[in-house]
Amino acid sequence: MQSIKTVTVLEIVETVSRLCMEANYYLRSDVLKSFHEKQEMEISQAGKDALKQLILNAKIAAEDRIPICQDTGFAVIFLEIGQDVRITGGNLYDAVNEGVRKGYIEGYLRKSIVEHPLRRKNTRDNTPAVIHAKIVDGENIKITVAPKGGGSENMSALRMLKPSEGVEGVKKFIIETIKLAGPNPCPPLIVGVGIGGTFEKCAALAKEALLRELGKPSDIPDIASLEIELLDEINSLGIGPQGLGGRTTALAVHVEIYPCHIATLPVAVNINCHAARHKEAIL
Amino acid sequence: MPPIKLTTPLNDEIIENLRIGQKVLLNGAIYTGRDTAHKKMVELLDQGKPLPIDLKGQIIYYVGPSPAKPGQIIGSAGPTTASRMDVYTPRLLALGLKGMIGKGKRTPEVIKAIKQYKAVYFAAVGGAAALISRCIKSCDVIAYPELGPEAIRKLYVEDFPVIVINDSLGGDLYEEGLKIYAIK
Repeated sequence: MQSIKTVTVLEIVETVSRLCMEANYYLRSDVLKSFHEKQEMEISQAGKDALKQLILNAKIAAEDRIPICQDTGFAVIFLEIGQDVRITGGNLYDAVNEGVRKGYIEGYLRKSIVEHPLRRKNTRDNTPAVIHAKIVDGENIKITVAPKGGGSENMSALRMLKPSEGVEGVKKFIIETIKLAGPNPCPPLIVGVGIGGTFEKCAALAKEALLRELGKPSDIPDIASLEIELLDEINSLGIGPQGLGGRTTALAVHVEIYPCHIATLPVAVNINCHAARHKEAIL
Repeated sequence: MPPIKLTTPLNDEIIENLRIGQKVLLNGAIYTGRDTAHKKMVELLDQGKPLPIDLKGQIIYYVGPSPAKPGQIIGSAGPTTASRMDVYTPRLLALGLKGMIGKGKRTPEVIKAIKQYKAVYFAAVGGAAALISRCIKSCDVIAYPELGPEAIRKLYVEDFPVIVINDSLGGDLYEEGLKIYAIK
């Protein structure tokens, strides 16, 4: 009989904990590279100055091992679990939450989660996480920690369009959402878009789109063109870095699609601030 | 336009000279407060009770810092979205609050109150939280310690970089920025 690969919950706790800290201390290198490029190109002086502060901020955060942003976010965890791996020593979801607890306490990260959305008492350890698990081929577990801040989440939106509204309706809704958000979600933004699926699938696609390497185009040619068009339109709005005016409103637009029902055309826009954080590991 | 240095408390004369787009390096004492602290202060006012801080001439910084590591004065401390405080702000401006630091748009009611009571709304760079923490030289919890990151703190800041978004003439830098840079 073939031996089955095992991963202990202890390994999962340690990995999630480490990734929570690293994601919050170290700005993604693709985002930092984009800051440098955009700072050169930005025509607004206030916008240029804001980007300069963000570059310096990333340096200080990494040097001092402190969070890039005080809002260290909701711990959103993506798990890709190979169907040939066995998890031993306890419950997987408990292990992920224990990792978040450990990472946020030992890493001096802010605890931003309230246990009841209406009564709003802080859980004091940033748990529970939001966990998206997927079963995939193979015998590995891929863990991605993507802390998500409240400010940019608040400006995100989903709309169920009529199929007759088509690509023009989709574009209009996305541009409207970014316009309405203005300076609030801390531009320059990364715009994650989901088109298709069901109501909840569409929102999940928009979130997953944020994980893609910055500016890497979609594999689907017409969607890749749509991404370019949207980025161009967003950067023509004039919002600029921090909303102070300028041409760098978004660093990238990533669109993910999924088949949908004959009666529907769902569109979700998940806005990420410039502090786009995610770190991953494979066990 | 080079930045100007200002020291708290603020008065009408200082405020009247500030214009949108002016870069400012803030010095002196400022207070922190966000959603829950604002709610609690307005509840006290409704009950006719005194506030835990005297707001006259003061600045409130909308921030919920991350915890300080050992040896640190404060954790990362960038601005939070100001619009969540909009419903409470005119009441506090009427009591003599002179300045606010946050990020993002204010409502027309707040912009009107900023003009009426001669105040100013500054933005700090959202997400520049590690950089800003280096400008904070002391930090003491003054009220509502049970709120954790949302407690009211008194900070002493040195050369804290901000920019004027809404001035006492009713100006709005966000609107001006759009007018200048939007490609029609």
